[in-house]
Amino acid sequence: MKAVGQPIRKKDAMALVTGKPVFMDDLAPKDCLIVKVLRSPHANAIVKSVKTDVAKRVPGIEDVYTWEDVPQERFTTAGQTYPEFSPYDRLILDRHVRYVGDPVAIVAGENEACVDKALKMLKVEYEVLPAVLDFHMAKDGDVLVHPEDNWKALCKVGADNKRNLCASDSTEDGDVDAVLADCDEVVEGTYHVRAAQQAMMETFRTTCFMDAYGRLNILSSTQIVYHVRRIISNALGIPKSRIRVSKPRIGGGFGAKQSVVAELFPAFVTWKTGKASKMIFTREESQIASSPRHEMEVHVRLGASREGKIRAIDVYTLSNTGAYGDHGPTTVGLSGHKSIPLYSSAEAHRFAYDVVYTNHMAAGAYRGYGATQGIFAVESAVNEMAQRLHMDPVEIRLKNMVREGDVMPAYYGETAKSCALDRCLERTAELIGWKDKYPYKDMGNGKVRSVGIAMAMQGSGISGVDVGSATIKMNDDGFYTLMIAAADMGTGCDTILAQMAAECLDCPVGNIEVLGADTDSSPYDSGSYASSTTYVTGKAVEKACQKLIARILEIASGMLDAPVEELEFASDRVEWPKARKSVSLIDIGTKSMCGNGCALEATESNSSPTSPPPFMAGAVEIELDKETGHVEILDYKAVVDCGTVVNPNLARVQTEGGLVQGIGMTLYENIQYNDKGTMLNNSFMQYKIPSRRDMGNIQVEFESSFEPTGPFGAKSIGEIVINTPAPALAHAIANATGIWFKELPITSEQIAMGVFEKEDIK
Amino acid sequence: MLKIKEYVKAESLEQAYELNQKRTNCILGGMLWLKMSNRNVQKAIDLSGLGLNQIEETEEEFRIGCMTTLRELECHERLNQWCEGAVKDAVSDIVGVQFRNLATIGGSIFGRYGFSDVLTVFLAMDSYVELYKGGIVPLQEFAQMKRDNDILVRVIVKKDQRNMVYLAHRNSKTDFPVLTCAVSVNAENGCVCIGARPQKAVRLELTEAVREKVWSGVCTEEEMKKEAECIASQVKTDSNMRAGKEYRSRLAYVLIHRTLEALNTKGGDQ
Amino acid sequence: MKVKILLNGTMREAEISSDQLLIDFVRDHGCYSVKRGCETSNCGLCTVFVDDKPVLSCSMLTARVDGCKVDTLEGLQEEAKEFGAFVADQGAEQCGFCNPGMIMNAIAMFRENPEPTREEIKAYLAGNLCRCSGYEGQLRAMEAFIEYRKKGERS
Repeated sequence: MKAVGQPIRKKDAMALVTGKPVFMDDLAPKDCLIVKVLRSPHANAIVKSVKTDVAKRVPGIEDVYTWEDVPQERFTTAGQTYPEFSPYDRLILDRHVRYVGDPVAIVAGENEACVDKALKMLKVEYEVLPAVLDFHMAKDGDVLVHPEDNWKALCKVGADNKRNLCASDSTEDGDVDAVLADCDEVVEGTYHVRAAQQAMMETFRTTCFMDAYGRLNILSSTQIVYHVRRIISNALGIPKSRIRVSKPRIGGGFGAKQSVVAELFPAFVTWKTGKASKMIFTREESQIASSPRHEMEVHVRLGASREGKIRAIDVYTLSNTGAYGDHGPTTVGLSGHKSIPLYSSAEAHRFAYDVVYTNHMAAGAYRGYGATQGIFAVESAVNEMAQRLHMDPVEIRLKNMVREGDVMPAYYGETAKSCALDRCLERTAELIGWKDKYPYKDMGNGKVRSVGIAMAMQGSGISGVDVGSATIKMNDDGFYTLMIAAADMGTGCDTILAQMAAECLDCPVGNIEVLGADTDSSPYDSGSYASSTTYVTGKAVEKACQKLIARILEIASGMLDAPVEELEFASDRVEWPKARKSVSLIDIGTKSMCGNGCALEATESNSSPTSPPPFMAGAVEIELDKETGHVEILDYKAVVDCGTVVNPNLARVQTEGGLVQGIGMTLYENIQYNDKGTMLNNSFMQYKIPSRRDMGNIQVEFESSFEPTGPFGAKSIGEIVINTPAPALAHAIANATGIWFKELPITSEQIAMGVFEKEDIK
Repeated sequence: MLKIKEYVKAESLEQAYELNQKRTNCILGGMLWLKMSNRNVQKAIDLSGLGLNQIEETEEEFRIGCMTTLRELECHERLNQWCEGAVKDAVSDIVGVQFRNLATIGGSIFGRYGFSDVLTVFLAMDSYVELYKGGIVPLQEFAQMKRDNDILVRVIVKKDQRNMVYLAHRNSKTDFPVLTCAVSVNAENGCVCIGARPQKAVRLELTEAVREKVWSGVCTEEEMKKEAECIASQVKTDSNMRAGKEYRSRLAYVLIHRTLEALNTKGGDQ
Repeated sequence: MKVKILLNGTMREAEISSDQLLIDFVRDHGCYSVKRGCETSNCGLCTVFVDDKPVLSCSMLTARVDGCKVDTLEGLQEEAKEFGAFVADQGAEQCGFCNPGMIMNAIAMFRENPEPTREEIKAYLAGNLCRCSGYEGQLRAMEAFIEYRKKGERS
């Protein structure tokens, strides 16, 4: 293959490295209104009154809005396909504020200074209510986060606002309790993962303006232009036809921008005033009022025979969706559906969950989307099981893991048509030097070197739901334009999809120009999330290109006066082998613009009934300081099966980036609240993401399978890469200390104090 | 957000001092901490035109101007040669090069911040601050003084012969420290400075016997452990979001022990 | 107040407020490469040179650089392209939002130390956060760039 599989530069790379103005705030109208919100200092309160008159009189202030000014129809801000699984539990401004940071009033003014001043002039009277801050106490607790009657769930997900339940379900295959009772060994544990922040470098931001047709234009840093259009339509109570949403370059997303976070407020202001506006979240707002990972507690019971056959897996997840249910009912599913199937030959499994409302910031979608939490739990349990059975953790996995052709009962009964997990694991073990290094080596100075290992899976899009589309057209000079509504957020999907188009059209990638994402000009796409773009939209590109070729042949047929079935598409021309004639694409392109009735353009949509999992293994070697508890990462090795690797450079960097995020959430990214529900880690000073001195050496390889349903055999890679660090590091730490840590982050304090207590050293 | 009504580039220390007597006015250091505050400053007083960004070396001392940046401290060869890299070790984990190109020694020391690596390391030397009105005051004394409206003009460090080691523990490499520890010994005295307790650094003296042995490089493991334990038990620690009190006390012991070991290895080579 | 600043080689005279931060001054003057990633001087995205030293423009008063030379990536396009191409060849630019700050600081590092080791690179650039790349690809780019400068050609 000439284009697919090549380490091609991203199409926007040089603009990005030279600092060109391609992001939202570089492009926003210069004289637009500045929009900010006043946020609640209380975790649960009713806004009795907001005195706005003084604030409104501050020179430069356009207007101030409170709950009395906004529509009273509830909606969800989760970017999901309609009808959304997430409950309709939000208003633009709600009289009932449900977490510290919930917006109380919107202020718009001509510059930042006057808006800041006006925000200080607002006088709010609150009736403070007791709050539910401990998610163990939420279900059927005394305090209801959503007591209102106009709360509604569109889908049957077991939600009940009168019980603080956002979702609840239980499924079982086989008799789990009976099999567990019959097992020689059962490992049981509760694994806790906090609401880690995506912390993309560009905070949430949106600019809005009215266009010549009187339509609301929203230029936003978002992964989901079409969902934004629907959500804004729901929120403002205006027809979708009045709204256009597009995105510029995006400074990172990782799922954070799969929710409407900043868009509501400037959209409301511009719709009300007719004036351009923008809202840029501060880092503090991005930390305290956004869409982080769901805090989850995953309870696992894992049963095995003496010989190391995993026989039963029982998973119960308690998920904290926070004050609103964005992505609550769906993320939790992955904690079981993407952990249990790694061991598909188990005789029985059960997966149950409750997703509860609390008075914390609402969660959202963060890379891994629940799978990260579930895999930390199940993989940790498998490692502990290996230790109890005195088996090598690699061996126990080779004995039980899902292999190509296996049916995965816990993964909707899908068959793993492409799976190189066995090769991934064996190669990872080889790269890290497992045989020599497992379990640990005492370095003699209080320091121990140890290794840990884990496997992971994810999906490729949401089966039967996600829609990816592509429009491809040929222009004069024979170059192509590819229009998509998938969102390149730095991942490189513009380039990857262009590589696929170039492969189909047998041309250099440089001949494909990419335009996206814009609800007015791009064909419908659910958006870039759920690891869908390469797999779902990629296939749409492939289909659209085939259709375009047929059209090119049709025009050529007229030009050559040849039967279309005798023509062949050949890169830069169409050949008629029989008559030894050909016509160039340039001439076809020119012809298409003169006396032509056949559009040189094709649109195709794609949706997949399956979501083939990518697989991977990751192994870490650490040096652990038993006295301080410090964990120094020496090496991280990962081998990934994402099917055909469309762009090895981009796949590698995706993997490295995901691993480092995983390392951060495992060791020090720590979300802490005070007893009033105020988040303490509200800045990059207090929420430490890994710096380049924290990550050790990372090495990534690929062991490709071929996914028959994917474009050119490809599956996904975006999310899976965050899933192995937590269990692998917990394993390495256990091998060094003998202690299984089950709560993230595993701080140096936990380790040192654990060792201190255990060894009772002085 | 920080609001500043008027920016004044001081033409003399006297002018700066006079302006600084008003509570709503304020001297600018590196501005990194000030910038995050919500203060309304009438006059921001900039000392950067007064030539106070120099490290001068004389026979007896280093004279470090208050506007000297942490990066300059880190890269100053003579200073680091003398203190055996302790200053470099103390500052090089602070955020990043660009940050350290702004942060000043004056700002760090005058603030007497709990988390300060800088205060910890200079406390372990025979160092003084030169105050514009208050004159020359031992740093240890200054660290206990209440914040006032004087101006810290320079930090003075006596170039006595001493061995020094700096260690800190951080949850991640460029974070604030969970605990800092600087230990120095010479022929006459020896001290342990512990900061980020999380309160500001304190200085405790080594027992005479251990000081002498460490200085000569003949201290036994047992003696160092005992000394570390004894001193650590005198360090008052507390909890904050980075770590708990107990862990800090434990770390104090570990870091003191390690610094003593390192000094003992160096000992006897004078 | 009035300031005179040599911005990317052009003398700019401007009337500014006393508390204006340098990041806002340079963005107001069309230097959009300079980004803000935090409010706490921790991310490095806003790195510019003041008299050739890399500093955080979010933490510096414009008033303080009166009479100084200020450079942003807009004024260093040739160096940005030369080194940036190596980042692009790794796909390590990813979202690109942190790139200008990282590239500015890398340029400063290479000026001070033309052949830094892996550890020296990590130390010098520790204040430049990146959430996408995991840093490893940026390191590969820097190592390839150093190799290229040694040999005078691309490998």
